[in-house]
Amino acid sequence: MDSRKAGNLLKETFSDAVLKIEEFRGETSVTIESGRLVEIMKFLKQNSDLSYDMLVDLTSVDFPDQKMRFIISYLLNTTKFNNRLRIKTAVAEGSAVDSVCDIWKAANWMEREAAEMFGIHFNNHPNLKHILLTDDFVGHPLRKEYDVKGPDFGQPLKIDLEKEEIF
Amino acid sequence: MGVENTTAATLQDVINWARKNSIWPVTFGLACCALEMMVASSATYDISRFGAEVFRPSPRQTDLMIVAGTVTKKMAPVLRRIYEQMPEPKWVIAYGACACSGGIFQSYNVVQGVDQIVPVDVYVPGCPPRPEGLLKAIMRLQEKIAAEAPGQRKLVSLPWGKNG
Repeated sequence: MDSRKAGNLLKETFSDAVLKIEEFRGETSVTIESGRLVEIMKFLKQNSDLSYDMLVDLTSVDFPDQKMRFIISYLLNTTKFNNRLRIKTAVAEGSAVDSVCDIWKAANWMEREAAEMFGIHFNNHPNLKHILLTDDFVGHPLRKEYDVKGPDFGQPLKIDLEKEEIF
Repeated sequence: MGVENTTAATLQDVINWARKNSIWPVTFGLACCALEMMVASSATYDISRFGAEVFRPSPRQTDLMIVAGTVTKKMAPVLRRIYEQMPEPKWVIAYGACACSGGIFQSYNVVQGVDQIVPVDVYVPGCPPRPEGLLKAIMRLQEKIAAEAPGQRKLVSLPWGKNG
Protein backbone atom coordinates (compact mmCIF):
# COMPACT_ATOMS: atom_id res chain seq x y z
CA MET A 1 0.00 0.00 0.00
CA ASP A 2 1.48 3.39 -0.93
CA SER A 3 1.75 6.27 1.51
CA ARG A 4 -1.34 8.14 0.25
CA LYS A 5 -3.54 5.06 0.73
CA ALA A 6 -1.88 4.51 4.10
CA GLY A 7 -2.90 8.03 5.15
CA ASN A 8 -6.47 7.39 4.04
CA LEU A 9 -6.61 4.08 5.90
CA LEU A 10 -5.36 5.86 9.00
CA LYS A 11 -8.10 8.47 8.61
CA GLU A 12 -10.76 5.75 8.30
CA THR A 13 -9.48 3.77 11.28
CA PHE A 14 -8.74 6.66 13.66
CA SER A 15 -11.12 9.36 12.38
CA ASP A 16 -11.15 11.23 15.70
CA ALA A 17 -7.36 11.19 16.24
CA VAL A 18 -6.17 12.07 12.73
CA LEU A 19 -6.28 15.85 12.50
CA LYS A 20 -4.81 16.57 9.07
CA ILE A 21 -3.37 14.82 6.03
CA GLU A 22 -0.98 16.82 3.84
CA GLU A 23 0.45 15.82 0.51
CA PHE A 24 3.49 17.60 -0.91
CA ARG A 25 5.57 16.37 -3.86
CA GLY A 26 4.55 12.78 -3.27
CA GLU A 27 5.28 12.92 0.46
CA THR A 28 2.40 12.25 2.83
CA SER A 29 2.32 13.83 6.28
CA VAL A 30 -0.30 12.81 8.79
CA THR A 31 -0.90 14.99 11.86
CA ILE A 32 -2.28 13.09 14.81
CA GLU A 33 -3.25 13.73 18.42
CA SER A 34 -0.34 13.14 20.79
CA GLY A 35 -2.50 11.20 23.25
CA ARG A 36 -3.24 8.41 20.74
CA LEU A 37 0.34 8.21 19.47
CA VAL A 38 1.36 4.75 20.65
CA GLU A 39 -1.93 3.19 19.57
CA ILE A 40 -1.62 4.59 16.04
CA MET A 41 2.07 3.73 15.77
CA LYS A 42 1.39 0.14 16.81
CA PHE A 43 -1.30 -0.05 14.13
CA LEU A 44 1.10 1.34 11.52
CA LYS A 45 3.67 -1.28 12.32
CA GLN A 46 1.47 -4.32 12.89
CA ASN A 47 -1.17 -3.95 10.17
CA SER A 48 -0.07 -6.20 7.32
CA ASP A 49 -1.29 -3.72 4.68
CA LEU A 50 0.88 -0.94 6.16
CA SER A 51 3.80 -2.68 7.82
CA TYR A 52 5.87 0.42 8.66
CA ASP A 53 8.64 -1.65 10.22
CA MET A 54 11.41 0.96 10.24
CA LEU A 55 11.72 4.27 12.07
CA VAL A 56 14.02 6.34 9.86
CA ASP A 57 14.03 9.56 11.86
CA LEU A 58 12.47 11.15 14.89
CA THR A 59 12.96 14.83 15.42
CA SER A 60 11.23 17.96 16.60
CA VAL A 61 10.64 21.50 15.41
CA ASP A 62 10.14 24.49 17.69
CA PHE A 63 7.40 27.05 16.98
CA PRO A 64 7.69 29.39 19.99
CA ASP A 65 4.64 31.52 19.12
CA GLN A 66 2.26 28.54 19.00
CA LYS A 67 0.51 27.15 22.04
CA MET A 68 1.42 23.59 21.06
CA ARG A 69 5.00 24.58 20.73
CA PHE A 70 6.85 21.49 19.56
CA ILE A 71 5.98 19.45 16.48
CA ILE A 72 7.47 15.98 16.84
CA SER A 73 7.99 14.36 13.47
CA TYR A 74 8.31 10.62 12.91
CA LEU A 75 9.59 9.46 9.52
CA LEU A 76 8.55 5.87 8.90
CA ASN A 77 9.61 3.48 6.20
CA THR A 78 8.10 0.21 5.07
CA THR A 79 10.52 -2.32 3.65
CA LYS A 80 7.59 -4.42 2.46
CA PHE A 81 6.02 -1.80 0.17
CA ASN A 82 9.03 0.53 -0.08
CA ASN A 83 7.54 3.90 0.79
CA ARG A 84 7.76 6.52 3.51
CA LEU A 85 5.18 8.18 5.72
CA ARG A 86 5.59 11.16 8.01
CA ILE A 87 3.64 11.30 11.26
CA LYS A 88 3.47 14.62 13.10
CA THR A 89 2.18 15.40 16.54
CA ALA A 90 2.15 18.63 18.52
CA VAL A 91 2.97 18.99 22.21
CA ALA A 92 2.95 22.01 24.49
CA GLU A 93 5.93 23.07 26.58
CA GLY A 94 6.15 21.06 29.79
CA SER A 95 3.85 18.30 28.59
CA ALA A 96 4.95 14.81 27.61
CA VAL A 97 4.39 12.23 24.89
CA ASP A 98 4.62 8.46 25.15
CA SER A 99 7.80 6.80 24.01
CA VAL A 100 7.74 4.56 20.93
CA CYS A 101 10.84 2.62 22.04
CA ASP A 102 8.77 -0.53 22.52
CA ILE A 103 7.63 -0.38 18.89
CA TRP A 104 10.91 0.58 17.21
CA LYS A 105 14.16 0.23 19.16
CA ALA A 106 15.68 2.92 16.93
CA ALA A 107 13.59 5.48 18.80
CA ASN A 108 15.72 5.15 21.94
CA TRP A 109 18.60 7.46 21.02
CA MET A 110 16.48 9.78 18.86
CA GLU A 111 14.08 10.41 21.72
CA ARG A 112 16.99 11.07 24.05
CA GLU A 113 18.28 13.67 21.59
CA ALA A 114 14.88 15.32 21.19
CA ALA A 115 14.48 15.32 24.98
CA GLU A 116 17.76 17.11 25.68
CA MET A 117 17.60 19.50 22.74
CA PHE A 118 13.98 20.63 23.22
CA GLY A 119 13.05 19.60 26.73
CA ILE A 120 10.26 17.25 25.70
CA HIS A 121 9.61 14.46 28.15
CA PHE A 122 9.00 10.97 26.76
CA ASN A 123 6.95 8.74 29.05
CA ASN A 124 8.10 5.14 29.60
CA HIS A 125 11.49 5.74 28.01
CA PRO A 126 14.02 3.18 29.36
CA ASN A 127 16.98 5.58 29.67
CA LEU A 128 16.10 9.24 29.18
CA LYS A 129 19.46 10.88 30.01
CA HIS A 130 21.70 13.18 27.94
CA ILE A 131 23.22 11.66 24.84
CA LEU A 132 25.03 14.45 22.96
CA LEU A 133 25.34 17.01 25.73
CA THR A 134 27.45 16.67 28.86
CA ASP A 135 25.67 15.24 31.89
CA ASP A 136 25.72 18.54 33.81
CA PHE A 137 24.43 20.62 30.89
CA VAL A 138 21.57 22.96 31.73
CA GLY A 139 19.17 24.21 29.04
CA HIS A 140 17.78 23.05 25.72
CA PRO A 141 19.97 24.32 22.87
CA LEU A 142 17.63 23.81 19.90
CA ARG A 143 14.88 25.94 21.38
CA LYS A 144 14.55 29.20 19.46
CA GLU A 145 15.22 31.44 22.45
CA TYR A 146 18.49 29.69 23.37
CA ASP A 147 21.59 31.86 22.88
CA VAL A 148 23.92 29.87 20.64
CA LYS A 149 26.98 30.75 22.74
CA GLY A 150 25.45 29.28 25.86
CA PRO A 151 25.52 30.71 29.38
CA ASP A 152 29.19 29.90 30.15
CA PHE A 153 30.84 31.16 26.97
CA GLY A 154 34.25 32.66 27.69
CA GLN A 155 34.58 30.86 31.01
CA PRO A 156 37.47 28.41 31.33
CA LEU A 157 36.45 24.81 30.85
CA LYS A 158 36.84 22.68 33.95
CA ILE A 159 37.49 18.98 33.59
CA ASP A 160 37.52 16.59 36.52
CA LEU A 161 38.60 13.16 35.36
CA GLU A 162 37.90 11.70 38.81
CA LYS A 163 34.24 12.64 38.53
CA GLU A 164 33.93 11.60 34.90
CA GLU A 165 31.53 8.78 34.21
CA ILE A 166 33.18 6.00 32.21
CA PHE A 167 30.90 4.28 29.73
CA MET B 1 70.84 19.88 14.83
CA GLY B 2 72.31 16.93 13.00
CA VAL B 3 75.08 14.77 14.42
CA GLU B 4 76.78 14.53 11.05
CA ASN B 5 78.31 17.97 11.24
CA THR B 6 78.30 18.84 14.92
CA THR B 7 79.70 17.28 18.00
CA ALA B 8 77.26 16.65 20.79
CA ALA B 9 78.31 18.83 23.67
CA THR B 10 76.37 17.23 26.48
CA LEU B 11 74.27 14.18 27.24
CA GLN B 12 71.23 16.43 27.02
CA ASP B 13 72.06 17.19 23.40
CA VAL B 14 72.10 13.48 22.62
CA ILE B 15 68.79 12.97 24.43
CA ASN B 16 67.22 15.91 22.59
CA TRP B 17 68.54 14.65 19.26
CA ALA B 18 67.02 11.23 19.85
CA ARG B 19 63.72 12.69 20.97
CA LYS B 20 63.30 15.18 18.15
CA ASN B 21 63.93 12.62 15.43
CA SER B 22 61.43 10.04 16.66
CA ILE B 23 58.28 11.97 17.52
CA TRP B 24 55.62 9.30 17.37
CA PRO B 25 52.11 10.77 17.20
CA VAL B 26 49.04 9.15 18.68
CA THR B 27 46.39 8.03 16.17
CA PHE B 28 43.79 10.62 17.08
CA GLY B 29 41.64 12.66 14.73
CA LEU B 30 38.49 14.61 15.56
CA ALA B 31 37.24 16.27 12.37
CA CYS B 32 38.15 17.30 8.83
CA CYS B 33 41.66 18.43 9.87
CA ALA B 34 42.42 14.76 10.58
CA LEU B 35 42.15 14.05 6.86
CA GLU B 36 44.93 16.55 6.18
CA MET B 37 46.93 14.89 8.94
CA MET B 38 46.45 11.51 7.22
CA VAL B 39 47.54 12.99 3.89
CA ALA B 40 50.71 14.22 5.58
CA SER B 41 51.69 10.60 6.13
CA SER B 42 51.12 9.72 2.46
CA ALA B 43 53.92 9.33 -0.10
CA THR B 44 53.43 12.86 -1.43
CA TYR B 45 54.14 14.65 1.85
CA ASP B 46 55.93 11.85 3.68
CA ILE B 47 55.92 12.79 7.34
CA SER B 48 58.44 9.98 7.93
CA ARG B 49 61.20 12.31 6.74
CA PHE B 50 60.94 13.78 10.24
CA GLY B 51 60.71 10.46 12.04
CA ALA B 52 57.06 11.14 12.89
CA GLU B 53 55.30 8.61 10.68
CA VAL B 54 54.68 5.97 13.34
CA PHE B 55 51.06 6.73 14.28
CA ARG B 56 50.63 4.55 17.35
CA PRO B 57 47.17 3.20 18.09
CA SER B 58 47.85 3.39 21.83
CA PRO B 59 48.65 6.60 23.71
CA ARG B 60 51.06 4.65 25.92
CA GLN B 61 53.63 4.43 23.13
CA THR B 62 53.49 8.00 21.85
CA ASP B 63 55.26 11.33 22.25
CA LEU B 64 53.02 13.69 20.33
CA MET B 65 49.34 14.43 20.29
CA ILE B 66 48.11 16.18 17.15
CA VAL B 67 44.74 17.64 18.08
CA ALA B 68 43.30 17.71 14.56
CA GLY B 69 39.78 19.03 14.61
CA THR B 70 36.95 20.51 16.64
CA VAL B 71 37.02 19.62 20.32
CA THR B 72 33.51 19.44 21.72
CA LYS B 73 32.82 19.72 25.42
CA LYS B 74 31.62 16.13 25.40
CA MET B 75 34.95 15.05 23.87
CA ALA B 76 37.13 17.21 26.14
CA PRO B 77 37.45 14.71 29.07
CA VAL B 78 38.28 11.94 26.57
CA LEU B 79 41.01 14.05 25.01
CA ARG B 80 42.39 14.90 28.41
CA ARG B 81 42.37 11.24 29.41
CA ILE B 82 44.33 10.26 26.29
CA TYR B 83 46.83 13.01 27.07
CA GLU B 84 47.22 11.78 30.65
CA GLN B 85 47.84 8.24 29.38
CA MET B 86 50.77 9.34 27.22
CA PRO B 87 54.18 8.83 28.86
CA GLU B 88 56.61 11.70 29.41
CA PRO B 89 58.09 13.38 27.46
CA LYS B 90 55.03 14.47 25.50
CA TRP B 91 54.13 17.32 23.22
CA VAL B 92 50.92 18.71 21.72
CA ILE B 93 50.25 20.34 18.36
CA ALA B 94 46.96 22.24 18.01
CA TYR B 95 46.23 21.63 14.34
CA GLY B 96 43.66 23.89 12.73
CA ALA B 97 41.54 26.87 13.73
CA CYS B 98 39.11 24.84 15.86
CA ALA B 99 41.81 23.27 17.99
CA CYS B 100 43.60 26.63 18.35
CA SER B 101 40.62 28.80 19.30
CA GLY B 102 37.31 27.08 18.59
CA GLY B 103 37.39 28.41 15.03
CA ILE B 104 34.04 29.22 13.49
CA PHE B 105 32.20 27.39 16.27
CA GLN B 106 31.49 30.13 18.83
CA SER B 107 29.00 27.77 20.35
CA TYR B 108 27.71 26.23 23.55
CA ASN B 109 29.17 22.82 22.71
CA VAL B 110 32.70 23.57 21.47
CA VAL B 111 35.82 24.12 23.58
CA GLN B 112 37.22 27.54 22.66
CA GLY B 113 40.80 26.39 22.22
CA VAL B 114 42.31 23.07 23.25
CA ASP B 115 44.90 24.91 25.37
CA GLN B 116 42.22 25.08 28.06
CA ILE B 117 42.62 21.33 28.53
CA VAL B 118 46.19 20.39 27.53
CA PRO B 119 49.44 22.42 27.23
CA VAL B 120 49.99 23.23 23.55
CA ASP B 121 53.51 23.52 22.07
CA VAL B 122 52.79 24.54 18.48
CA TYR B 123 49.68 26.16 17.00
CA VAL B 124 48.86 25.66 13.31
CA PRO B 125 46.20 28.06 11.95
CA GLY B 126 44.09 27.27 8.91
CA CYS B 127 40.73 25.74 8.11
CA PRO B 128 42.02 23.16 7.50
CA PRO B 129 45.78 23.78 7.30
CA ARG B 130 47.54 22.09 4.42
CA PRO B 131 49.77 19.08 5.17
CA GLU B 132 52.77 21.37 4.74
CA GLY B 133 51.43 23.20 7.79
CA LEU B 134 51.78 20.05 9.83
CA LEU B 135 55.29 19.44 8.50
CA LYS B 136 56.23 23.00 9.44
CA ALA B 137 54.74 22.46 12.90
CA ILE B 138 56.81 19.31 13.37
CA MET B 139 59.94 21.19 12.31
CA ARG B 140 59.12 23.95 14.82
CA LEU B 141 58.61 21.28 17.46
CA GLN B 142 61.97 19.74 16.58
CA GLU B 143 63.62 23.11 17.09
CA LYS B 144 61.85 23.45 20.42
CA ILE B 145 62.91 19.97 21.55
CA ALA B 146 66.51 20.58 20.47
CA ALA B 147 66.63 23.67 22.70
CA GLU B 148 65.34 21.94 25.81
CA ALA B 149 67.57 22.29 28.84
CA PRO B 150 68.30 19.57 31.42
CA GLY B 151 65.61 19.42 34.10
CA GLN B 152 63.11 21.27 31.98
CA ARG B 153 61.09 18.14 31.35
CA LYS B 154 60.42 15.11 33.49
CA LEU B 155 61.79 11.77 32.35
CA VAL B 156 59.34 9.86 34.47
CA SER B 157 55.89 11.23 35.02
CA LEU B 158 55.51 9.83 38.53
CA PRO B 159 55.69 12.16 41.53
CA TRP B 160 58.89 10.47 42.75
CA GLY B 161 60.40 10.32 39.26
CA LYS B 162 63.75 11.92 38.58
CA ASN B 163 64.08 14.89 36.29
CA GLY B 164 66.16 14.39 33.18
